[in-house]
Amino acid sequence: MGNIPDVIIHKHDVVIVGAGGAGLRAALEASKVVNTAVITQVFPTRSHTVSAQGGIAATLGNMEPDNWLWHMFDTVKGSDYLGDQDAIEFMCRMAPEIVIELEHMGMPFSRIENGKIFQRRFGGHTREFGKDAIQRTCAAADRTGHAMLHTLYEQCVKNQVIFYNEFFAIDLIMNEDHVVGVLAWDIVNGGFHIFHAKATMFATGGYGRCYKTTSNAHICTGDGLGITLRAGLPVEDLEFVQFHPTGIYGVGNLITEGARGEGGYLINKDGERFMKRYAPTVMDLASRDVVSRAIAEEIRNGRGCGPKGDYVLLKLDHIGANVINERLPGIWELTYVFAGIDCTKEPIPVVPTCHYCMGGIPTNYYAEVVVGNMEQPETPVKGFYAAGECACVSIHGANRLGSNSLLDIMVFGKVGGQKMAEFAESLPEHVPLPENPGKDGIERVIGLLNSTGKERMGPIWEELKESMDYNCSVFRTEETLVKQKAIINELWKRFQNIGIDDKSRVYNLDLVETLELENMLTYSKAIVEGALARTESRGAHYRDDYPKRDDVNWLKHTLAYLEEDGSIRLDYKPVRLKPLTVPPFEPKERVY
Amino acid sequence: MAKTVTFTIFRYDPERDKRPYYKNYKVEVRRPGMMVLDGLNQIRWEQDGTLAYRRSCREGVCGSDGLNINGVNMLSCITHIEDLKEPIVIQPLPSLPVIKDLVVDFTDFFSKYYIVKPYLITKTPPPSDRERLQSPEDRKKLDGLYECILCACCSTSCPSFWADPDYLGPAALLKAWRFIADSRDEGSDERLEIVNDRHGVWRCHTILNCIEACPKQLNPTEAIANLKKAIVQRKF
Repeated sequence: MGNIPDVIIHKHDVVIVGAGGAGLRAALEASKVVNTAVITQVFPTRSHTVSAQGGIAATLGNMEPDNWLWHMFDTVKGSDYLGDQDAIEFMCRMAPEIVIELEHMGMPFSRIENGKIFQRRFGGHTREFGKDAIQRTCAAADRTGHAMLHTLYEQCVKNQVIFYNEFFAIDLIMNEDHVVGVLAWDIVNGGFHIFHAKATMFATGGYGRCYKTTSNAHICTGDGLGITLRAGLPVEDLEFVQFHPTGIYGVGNLITEGARGEGGYLINKDGERFMKRYAPTVMDLASRDVVSRAIAEEIRNGRGCGPKGDYVLLKLDHIGANVINERLPGIWELTYVFAGIDCTKEPIPVVPTCHYCMGGIPTNYYAEVVVGNMEQPETPVKGFYAAGECACVSIHGANRLGSNSLLDIMVFGKVGGQKMAEFAESLPEHVPLPENPGKDGIERVIGLLNSTGKERMGPIWEELKESMDYNCSVFRTEETLVKQKAIINELWKRFQNIGIDDKSRVYNLDLVETLELENMLTYSKAIVEGALARTESRGAHYRDDYPKRDDVNWLKHTLAYLEEDGSIRLDYKPVRLKPLTVPPFEPKERVY
Repeated sequence: MAKTVTFTIFRYDPERDKRPYYKNYKVEVRRPGMMVLDGLNQIRWEQDGTLAYRRSCREGVCGSDGLNINGVNMLSCITHIEDLKEPIVIQPLPSLPVIKDLVVDFTDFFSKYYIVKPYLITKTPPPSDRERLQSPEDRKKLDGLYECILCACCSTSCPSFWADPDYLGPAALLKAWRFIADSRDEGSDERLEIVNDRHGVWRCHTILNCIEACPKQLNPTEAIANLKKAIVQRKF
């Protein structure tokens, strides 16, 4: 490696980092108007949207009468009132049009007899403000994410969107307070590239890989969050991590909530349908935080199944092989491959699995990244946008409802794409790059390629994800969180002595995974600090030592900043409780 | 003490190696149902960080990790180590240029996918306020087609694909049929025109390797036969 590497500079009006649902939807929109490029770590159809199973929520009313206000209520309630109601109203009203657009693009939705899109029941979605479960989730069998991602990519091919595939984003580039692009590493050939843009969007996905038991893909390492923190910008509500109730025991792969939507239910070792004790009205279709906690309670109280009593069973065989083949073929395949079970005959062993990150880069409902606090109103960061799981609008607040994430990525991907195009058009010229753009990131990568450190990425990551599972998952206490903070600090110290085996420039996975680990260590601190400070229980954040929600002190969003010395500074901002046109839903106790 | 198996892995780093070679690694089988990808990760994270391969979803839906394992193309993330005979020989997918180790260059594979116009083509505008209607029967015609994950296991197992550099291959042809079979699509004519070529459907000699290789149990040969039938029916 020479001392001064060549850096290739590309200039586009809009640059989108990430090619999952949000990134592709944004690209389709922005590329209609301005020169748009997408940079992505993996070929677009390998993005994690592909794994989404159950569906996308929208009040089409194809199966029974429905109303966007009911959807809005369910989402606010599901969020444990931490969701921003202006953004939630915006999303729920736009949902039907978003789904119809996808159909027009060619998405192969399942159909009902009259030819309309099939909709199924999903957790937390109800009619008339909680009366009973409703069929709202639009599905393509149980492969909705796959169908969606391929359809979007097909449209990008048709519209000749520019892609830089297998480029790994390293750092944001700012000129004073303006985001002017991103530094990336070309994974295939090696080498640094700067993408100079008028508007830059992060659609970089979730951060579930800092946990061991997870439904997330290998690539869900939350890189956008590490980058945002290093740029001196805040991340929001990171302590709210969703554990999906039904991960396959031992491996964590997801069994869609649609399995319960189609009539499946959970039983403990006594064969008892225990959800009736936790959520008498909708039982197994309560929101995910409620069901995950119920499973963990059953296991804690000795009612788990198996020799170690450490899982419960999801019973599906009674809904019939026909329904499973028609509506849940992917689930049959997954349980057969990963658990060795034919779910038309036997129940599936399941445990809660880290699934979704409610927190992320703070944005408003235009997908503009915003900074504010309890006193200062939110103001946009010029040229910076975020959408999808890496963003925190916040639609999902303290707990996301199933099938609202595919909706989130479509709505805010689209709006963000439009807003970026408008913004790019309003700037006559690119804001220039700063002096020595990307210097810090370039030095870090060169440092790794020349590293002689004795520590390796594998063992540090293993310890991080095991300890996060143990100390910072479904249940948390001050004791476990303090312990976890110390563990991460220790791991961070070890990381300073990191070395990599692979010194080659070509397809250096060792380099990429080590950079990912650096990001994971960075934002894991923010998850733990946020959780430690929040002395209440809300949605997915459950403190055994503070089991009640505390609206007086904690009805607010957490903001975490990375300090010079590597520590985390916390700040807060109010929840936007006022919707756009309707009266607010006031916080109430959550019962399902 | 966990049981160990041997992975014999194709290695090649263009910056370091004059020619490819095979290297043996011991992999501990630490739990029942461990996949080949778990073994590759174990090697990377615990023994040798220089090994390169692609992976993403680790559950058989993203199509990143098609590999040639004991001579057959499959996905490493849904292939049980216990089902394989030792030594477990792991090579990149055949016939595509190797970038490094198990990572191949898919440029040719995707360029053929782009050729068949892999997107819904419509001439009639859709209804303004609702979805296009499609009967459950018509939607059923897409089952066995839309599930393709573009892993390239089929095309790179096809001797015709190896022999004819211009052959579109089973994956691209299956994709062409996925759209022609869609009751909403109005692009059949242009697509049939493209695949009606000596490097298109007529290059398929029904060797059937593609069916065996497909990790999603799809049937590209049948899709190609349907394309041939449609071409013939259109002519006469």
